[in-house]
Amino acid sequence: MKKLIGLLLFAIGLYLAVFVKVPEGNDNRTKNNVNMARRMSQLGIVSLGAGTLIIAGGIDLSIGSFMGLCATVLAVGMQRQGWSPPQAIAVVLGMGVVVGLIHGLLVTKLRLPAFIVTLCGLFIYRGLARWWAGDANAGIGPGMFKRAFSEATPLGLPVEFVYLVIAAIVFYLLLQRSIYGRYLYAIGSNELAAKYSGIRVDRYKIFAYVLCSLTAAFYSMMHLAEVASVSPSNVGSMLELYAIAGAVIGGCSLRGGEGNVLGIILGASILTLLQAVVSFWDVPQSLEYAAIGGALLVGAIMDEVLRRRGPATAHG
Amino acid sequence: MLEAVAVSKGFPGVQALSDVNLTVAPGEIVAVVGENGAGKSTLMKILAGVQVPDAGTLRLNAREIRFASVDAAQQAGIVLIHQELNLAEGLDVAANIFLGREPRVGGPLGLISSRIYSDAATIMQRLGLDVSPRAAVADLSLGQRQLVEIARALSLQSRYLIFDEPTSSLTERETERLFTVIRQLRADGVGILYISHRLKEVCALSDRVVVLRDGRNAGDLLREDVTHEALISRMVGRELKQFFHRDQAATLATASAEPIVRVRDVRWSASQKAGISFDLRPGEVVGMAGLMGAGRTELAETLFGIRRRLAGTVEIAGRMIDVRSASNAVEAGVLLVPEDRRRQGLVIDFAIRENIGLPSLGHWNRLRMVDRRREQETSLMLRDKLRIRTPHVEQIVGLLSGGNQQKVVLGKWLAREPKLLLLDEPTRGVDVGAKAEIYEIMNELAKQGVAVLMISSDLEEILGVSDRILVMHEQQLAGTLTREQATEQAIMHLATGGMGNS
Ligand SMILES: Nc1ncnc2c1ncn2[C@@H]1O[C@H](COP(=O)(O)OP(=O)(O)OP(=O)(O)O)[C@@H](O)[C@H]1O
Ligand SMILES: [Mg+2]
Repeated sequence: MKKLIGLLLFAIGLYLAVFVKVPEGNDNRTKNNVNMARRMSQLGIVSLGAGTLIIAGGIDLSIGSFMGLCATVLAVGMQRQGWSPPQAIAVVLGMGVVVGLIHGLLVTKLRLPAFIVTLCGLFIYRGLARWWAGDANAGIGPGMFKRAFSEATPLGLPVEFVYLVIAAIVFYLLLQRSIYGRYLYAIGSNELAAKYSGIRVDRYKIFAYVLCSLTAAFYSMMHLAEVASVSPSNVGSMLELYAIAGAVIGGCSLRGGEGNVLGIILGASILTLLQAVVSFWDVPQSLEYAAIGGALLVGAIMDEVLRRRGPATAHG
Repeated sequence: MLEAVAVSKGFPGVQALSDVNLTVAPGEIVAVVGENGAGKSTLMKILAGVQVPDAGTLRLNAREIRFASVDAAQQAGIVLIHQELNLAEGLDVAANIFLGREPRVGGPLGLISSRIYSDAATIMQRLGLDVSPRAAVADLSLGQRQLVEIARALSLQSRYLIFDEPTSSLTERETERLFTVIRQLRADGVGILYISHRLKEVCALSDRVVVLRDGRNAGDLLREDVTHEALISRMVGRELKQFFHRDQAATLATASAEPIVRVRDVRWSASQKAGISFDLRPGEVVGMAGLMGAGRTELAETLFGIRRRLAGTVEIAGRMIDVRSASNAVEAGVLLVPEDRRRQGLVIDFAIRENIGLPSLGHWNRLRMVDRRREQETSLMLRDKLRIRTPHVEQIVGLLSGGNQQKVVLGKWLAREPKLLLLDEPTRGVDVGAKAEIYEIMNELAKQGVAVLMISSDLEEILGVSDRILVMHEQQLAGTLTREQATEQAIMHLATGGMGNS
């Protein structure tokens, strides 16, 4: 709880830092808000997937390349192969399920380390994306797809934000209310004890991989709809790090078994806001990563210092 | 002389110690006894610098001392062997024994000398720890790991040694060996503090016994005044009925029933000469004895589906069951209380409520949602029934005392309906009162027609609670003893490879 409040305060502080720099008039502020909400919603959704997997004790380093592959397949499909948007969506979601299954099966049945499996994925999906698009940019024109995943503004809100709310509710029910969530936390905390409790550990771990890949696939739709054209060689690069960072800032421990939905969303918002701060405070573009990394490091140090000053817990 | 004077320590919601006094002199063995949660481990942790008391003082040779860390206490010659194991599982035995104090060569290069293995072997031999110093700790049994912890403490050459339930996972033979070492240490002038729930050991070993009850001193008995009864009445503050004995009538009643469990030719390892076969009747409490490594745990894990069954069949209530995973087994009504509570039995970071709910949640709710109310009610009910000492069921199990953790493991399964309940050392680290309660629960389940198979290394316990006793030796069933045939000698005879009469 204290952690969530700290994150919230941090996020508000960053927001104010952005706010004061946005020039007045011309709806600038509204536009900027909408823009940040979009970013934050996109990242939030994929962080929820990554966070769920991290809670279950797994990790996925292929999120960025895989989302790049999905975006490429979507664009190439709709632009060059004449797929209808629903067809394209179905293909990409199907890819999410299949890739998640493959990751999960390799990790559980063959007992390969998740780090290795998804690191290989990182290379493989990037290569496949470039090959599939013939190493050329691919894009889509205006239409239903763009409206559905980016341009629509139900209730005056960017549609991505609506998706985030839906995802948050779904993940909240899953992680914090359903038995599946409880199992994922148990597996992340002590897989052996979960097994000895009669939980089908492998099944739930695979499930977490599938969820993670699905959110990456979903992200690709929002991303393509927003930017219209993607370059297969770099679309989505570093996204996995943002997604993991969002989850971890939000309180997920890489050791597994810790974290919650609200924290993950706040973590993703903080990252988004940091990016905005960097761009509005005229930090040279080349320093963006350094600035974000530095700010996160300071946050982590403060978090640890505050924790130490809190009530000490002893382990026997 | 090491003294604790008027020491108090509180945790959120519990006063673990209030004004407790304890002394131990060089060359003296002082046993500390008390119920689960009485504060024994907490007191020892304070002496060893693991925890800081809220009030009171510690004195070493009449000088007041204050330890900032475990390291400081070790420098002063005080070493605690924890109740719960803390080993680096990936490292080998020698590395664990000398962790942080490795014999070095090469000066600033800090290379580890190969002497580490011969040094380790010397200490291990003293303890009768019969594995290679190069063996990975992960491959050792629980009892062997316990001995590694003890070896580590011995290597520190300390002046005061504190043993927190050292024998709970040792076999009789290892226990004897450890006692010899402890007596030898006493002769060398080392002061020993010794915690155990096995009163027999306490009577045999100690020069003096200090009793704690609810975090207070409840008695300080000299060797000549120590009796079972005197200890128990001071520990629990009331008379407790004598050691549990299963009702003769119950044994007779089950003797004629049709078996509910039929195990035939079960094997889990290619090196087994023959498979294992036995029947269990509903309502029967069957003890399983054997030395460490005799395959009792392996058998239980195979029946529970955690270990792959290579051959054989298991039939429960007339149905062949194909247990390939623990979840299959649970569905078929086969439940296991595993041997190692911290690794297998509990999610240490979960609350009591969440641990108890874990195996039952899926069973309770069709919508696959967590039924918080039911979980809460069940855990409260079980807390009272098992007398788990805790301010509330939201307590993280990692913070419970050892015996109370064990009760939570048992509680997990009491929320389900077993047909075959497998218990692997269920009373390890459990106090006398709670032991009686656990036997009572086994009895109650048996009365409802459950077949109970209890693995135990405590012969007194096995003899007391079982209708029948299966004895294992080297991955084989060495024999079956009826209640009339069963004596300690008969069991040991079979367990050590003597010819059976089954
Ligand atoms: N770090 C902690 N945080 C909160 N409560 C604690 C902590 N350590 C111990 N306690 C509580 O203090 C009480 C005394 O615990 P302690 O471990 O000393 O008991 P014990 O006598 O060693 O019992 P056992 O025989 O079961 O090992 C228990 O109620 C326990 O739950
Ligand atoms: Mg204890």
